[in-house]
Amino acid sequence: MATNSTFGTLGVAAVLCVVCSVMVSTTAVKLKPMQEQNKSLDIKKNLLISAGLLKNTKATKSEILSAFEKVDVKVVDLGSGSLLEDVNPNKVDLKKEAKDPNFNIIIPGNKDIAKIKTRAKRSKVYFVKADGEVSMIVLPVYGKGLWSTMYGFLALAPDTKTVKGFGFYEHGETPGLGGEIDNPRWKSLWKGKELFGENFEPVITIVKGAVDHSAEGSQSKMDSLSGATITSKGVEALLRYWVSDSGYGHFLEKFRNGEIQI
Amino acid sequence: MSKLKEVIWTPVFKNNPIALQILGICSALAVTTKLETSLVMGGAVIAVIGLSNLFVSIIRNHIPSSIRIIVQMTIIASLVILADQFLKAFLFDVSKGLSVYVGLIITNCIVMGRAEAYAMKNGPLMSFLDGIGNGIGYSIILIAVGFFRELFGSGKLMGYSILPLTSEGGWYQANGMMLLSPSAFFLIGLFIWVLRTFDKSQVEEE
Repeated sequence: MATNSTFGTLGVAAVLCVVCSVMVSTTAVKLKPMQEQNKSLDIKKNLLISAGLLKNTKATKSEILSAFEKVDVKVVDLGSGSLLEDVNPNKVDLKKEAKDPNFNIIIPGNKDIAKIKTRAKRSKVYFVKADGEVSMIVLPVYGKGLWSTMYGFLALAPDTKTVKGFGFYEHGETPGLGGEIDNPRWKSLWKGKELFGENFEPVITIVKGAVDHSAEGSQSKMDSLSGATITSKGVEALLRYWVSDSGYGHFLEKFRNGEIQI
Repeated sequence: MSKLKEVIWTPVFKNNPIALQILGICSALAVTTKLETSLVMGGAVIAVIGLSNLFVSIIRNHIPSSIRIIVQMTIIASLVILADQFLKAFLFDVSKGLSVYVGLIITNCIVMGRAEAYAMKNGPLMSFLDGIGNGIGYSIILIAVGFFRELFGSGKLMGYSILPLTSEGGWYQANGMMLLSPSAFFLIGLFIWVLRTFDKSQVEEE
């Protein structure tokens, strides 16, 4: 058959398309379980590193899974602050739900300090246990920096106001400036900071230069990153947003009052 | 035998796709902040060019000339998707670092350039080797650039600390510009300069 005739051309195109699509779809379907597993393992790893439960960023699968055994995942309704016990946390994809009109709410402009526009109605909380007691609550948080949305995990002590660990796992800030939010020394400064004031209103502030540790209220002040004012402000705003009543505030209040049993 | 060697080695230094033909610069800027991502990107491109050249060459006598570019693109695109899927399944961390740039191998002019210029006219074995050679030529530049950018930009190589940074209590003040794309231009420029000093035939006539 002459390949340059009309039928020849159509024939070659058809055969090629079928062969290529079969190849692509077979690989995609076959590899999907592995990719899904990698994704969930990645989230677990990021959470453990942010919470300070895992030091090694190149930890193996079994190390991650064994460290994660201490962690209990629950879905929480952000509006009421109650746990949704009947929802399987593995089926909840927070990034997807934040964009899906069936699952999200639009944040009013004056409340949207983290500049995320919408958020999912529900979110996940991770309870880290030690000797049967909750030793840490880890909350997924995110907000806008200078260039990008920064995704991170915030680990709180059971009093819900003391930071146990805080870190970002995904962002596109300028390397060397805003990108220093990954700096281990800066991250270690978060430990022991207090997010709330006396009446549990968010007071955490990021200040220019180094914090004077002898001054009153220094436990609620954090050093900003040099050369990264907007990123630092973004970090402050997203923390304030997520621990306020528009974020996890109701949940944290219930937890403090002992209304949430794990 | 010497012809085989020539096909592989010519594109590495004598006719380097990045340094002489100035192709594929976009990804060379984007993925070279770390040595590890450069290596994986290089590997992915070698695989894609080699195989696309092979497949295009096998069916070269059956490709209708009116749709040949589309046929090449379809083959290349399928191979790129395969490469991306494999990276996501087996090298998840690196594939996160490479983000969209694996998918963008499709738009890398080197791949289609070789399919159109070489594989359409030569046999499968030679085409395959030509693809591998061009892939190596591309990778060598990527690895060299990635080496210097990671070393001077973050004081590390393959994620291991080589020069302890001042921000982590060491003595080396990281060069932030190395982490930004323009530094790759400077490095590629220097690399071209070095190549042309040793191989005068690459210098254009005035």
